Amino acid sequence: MDRSLLQRIVITGVGLTAPNGNSLTEFRKHLLEGYSRIQRIDMRYMGLVLAGVCAFNANEYQTSKEVRIGTRAGSIGIYCAHKALEDSKLAVEQLDRNRIGTYIGITEHGNVETENEVYEISKFGYDTKFWNHHHNPRTVANNPAGEISINLGITGPHYTIGGACAGGNLGIIQGVQMLRLNEVDIALVGGVSESIHTFGIFAGFKNQGALAEHADPNKASRPFDEARNGIVISEGGCIFVLERLESALKRQAPIYGEIVGYGVNSDADNTVLPNSQRQAECIQLALAKANLKPSDIDIVNTHATSTVLGDRKECEALRQVFTEAPNTHFNNTKSFIGHTMGAAGALELAGNLPSFEDKQVHPTINVEHLDPSCNLNNLVINQPKSLPAVNTILNNSFGMMGINSVVIVRRCDSNSF
Amino acid sequence: MEKDVRQIIIDIITTIAPDADTSNLKDEVPLREQLELDSMDFLDIVLELRKQYGIDVPESDYKQLETLASCVAYLTPKFAAKH
Repeated sequence: MDRSLLQRIVITGVGLTAPNGNSLTEFRKHLLEGYSRIQRIDMRYMGLVLAGVCAFNANEYQTSKEVRIGTRAGSIGIYCAHKALEDSKLAVEQLDRNRIGTYIGITEHGNVETENEVYEISKFGYDTKFWNHHHNPRTVANNPAGEISINLGITGPHYTIGGACAGGNLGIIQGVQMLRLNEVDIALVGGVSESIHTFGIFAGFKNQGALAEHADPNKASRPFDEARNGIVISEGGCIFVLERLESALKRQAPIYGEIVGYGVNSDADNTVLPNSQRQAECIQLALAKANLKPSDIDIVNTHATSTVLGDRKECEALRQVFTEAPNTHFNNTKSFIGHTMGAAGALELAGNLPSFEDKQVHPTINVEHLDPSCNLNNLVINQPKSLPAVNTILNNSFGMMGINSVVIVRRCDSNSF
Repeated sequence: MEKDVRQIIIDIITTIAPDADTSNLKDEVPLREQLELDSMDFLDIVLELRKQYGIDVPESDYKQLETLASCVAYLTPKFAAKH
């Protein structure tokens, strides 16, 4: 593996919005304190459903007209991109805008806007002359990345990567690849989701028996707990600034960590049901790329979504890979924020990055009775755990149609160069 | 009725461009010279007239929406016909 400074890719900025935080500092604080903020929202045709809703101020970077014409995913992306660039101490106007790439993972895009328009024309006897002319730019698959490009005047490539709930990791991986190919100098990468604004996603999960319900909204997302009964759907976004280690060192940028490995593969067997063997192979692929052994990993952020089968399958995969890794710890971020779909991979990685500094592993919460099938060694339950050091994080993110993705990040310090 | 139509147009503009200052619009000056409106915004005005008032503005008549005064002159008979 080429380890030159031009091939080593680092994270130098983080911008995010989650149901329980609109900055990494706030998000991390709440992950360590056990604060979730899941709520009930009124869903068209369905009534009250559980969801994670973000509370960022879209008008911080957009006019009200831009918010109205654009999409929620676009607003989430714009907010996160600005915050990531600010965090990275980069001013777009001082950069070569042709050399900034925007690669945003999505689970889906366009359902929200299409449902809204069908609902609107239903008020007019389904006469299509009442169909909104903004529908097409709102629903093209590149919309969330394109809104970032337009808002920030970034003229480099922009597109989304459709990867179901692996989308966030795929955005990161795409950015790493494009930087290594010298196609761009800065990559804005990650994922966004506006899925809580489409009834179809909720109804689909509900009719599949996979939509969470609990009297206490904050206890509904409970991976690995015996009483888990499905997914809490959430909106959210997370964008990282990625660049080559060479440029980060040159401009003395803050470095959150280095992306040292990744893996992507496919189950190739079922649209929905997970495959633990393929998941294990994907983790091994990422470890091999990073030239690491399982025992070198300090924290594994599990993908587990709080479904009975999904959580068990992932635990099977983890047990298979991490048999001789007594010091590897496992946690879960969806237990706090629900499933942020296309944002999940990036957002959950972000929530763990501060552990390089604070040496805390945030827990998986809401485990009252651990499912014996999910009894992983060193599963951090309900309370954070302090470790002597945290040097590596492995982030799982899997999605429908059998796509698996893994990203490994390593702590950077002066000894790393 | 003329005053009502003028206000209807201003209300629609306020809906589609919430950031616009519509407090001192001049009736005879093109709207695009006074506000940050593009051709997509005029399509929004046309759609809102259709949705809210059932008034159709054919594409060949879009130029009639250039100023507040021309909007009033063009739309007043259409509103009157609705009553």
